[in-house]
Amino acid sequence: MTMNEMLQPVVQSLQERFQAQPAEFRGEVSLLIAPEFNLEAVLALRDEFQFEMLLDETAVDYWPQNEPRFHVVATLYSFTRNVVIELRFPVDGNAAELRSLVPAYPSANWKEREIWDLFGIRFGGHPDPRRIVMPYEWEGHPLRKDYPLGYEEVQFSFNADQVDRHKRYAKR
Amino acid sequence: MGINQKTGEMGIVTTKLEDLVNWSRTGSMWPMLFGLACCAIEMMGAQASNYDLSRFGMELNRASPRQSDLMIVAGRVSRKMAPVVRQLYDQMPDPKWVIAMGDCASCGGVFNNYAVVQGVDEVVPVDVYVAGCPPRPEGLIHGIITLHEKVKKEKFKDWA
Repeated sequence: MTMNEMLQPVVQSLQERFQAQPAEFRGEVSLLIAPEFNLEAVLALRDEFQFEMLLDETAVDYWPQNEPRFHVVATLYSFTRNVVIELRFPVDGNAAELRSLVPAYPSANWKEREIWDLFGIRFGGHPDPRRIVMPYEWEGHPLRKDYPLGYEEVQFSFNADQVDRHKRYAKR
Repeated sequence: MGINQKTGEMGIVTTKLEDLVNWSRTGSMWPMLFGLACCAIEMMGAQASNYDLSRFGMELNRASPRQSDLMIVAGRVSRKMAPVVRQLYDQMPDPKWVIAMGDCASCGGVFNNYAVVQGVDEVVPVDVYVAGCPPRPEGLIHGIITLHEKVKKEKFKDWA
């Protein structure tokens, strides 16, 4: 493996301390880390290895192929080393939960609100755990693979009257 | 133009009050300044110099619903935006009209999913639907002229 030499000590350290499983794809390094260590791993990267910036925090739903179904993905960038590293925390279940990264990076606030809104992954210790994209009274989390897409019958000329009858038109 | 027109002596015109009011309503129908998606770009094009909506007395886009007569819903309305659109409509003073511009505002268009309202007529009463994705400025102007024709046929007793 020809890894960037700036990244090698970082990966080694995280492997030893958090049993991180590294993977590399076209020069991009990602580490699979148990979700219990997410804040510790991120704090270690920030304080010991100069990863100053949280580029992105997002989630992926691998349902139904993979177990556990979710990966929470945090991408960190180091200005000092000019390298990017990706951390993946697998979480499972309908009430998936892991700790918030806001204590390490305040910019995680809105990103975690979005993950909660669209994937239904809870972040313990988040200062403002509201929805951010969908209306507040919305039920369900739309980016889950098992969320129904929603479909209304399309009105063509052959069924125009039938659809018209049950369509709710607004009043003045 | 003769001297008596310059001095304001233009003679007498007789007409019905209804026709006079409807004529003035069509002649200064101010749209509300808001766009929701790509249709808004065509709406801006319709107002710019090449198509020039001010030919129909519509050069003023009011930024406040309190001062506008016409709501052009230009773009898809998401479920989160729907109460906002309804509130803007409720804030407009009577008489008021609505044009659903484009496929998304008329029927949801290609966005047949949970996030988009399937036709803005579920939220506000629509007078004229303009088809197209997005409709060209000519299409929007045609819709507006159609609305003007509709307004010219309106009766006072229907507003009462």
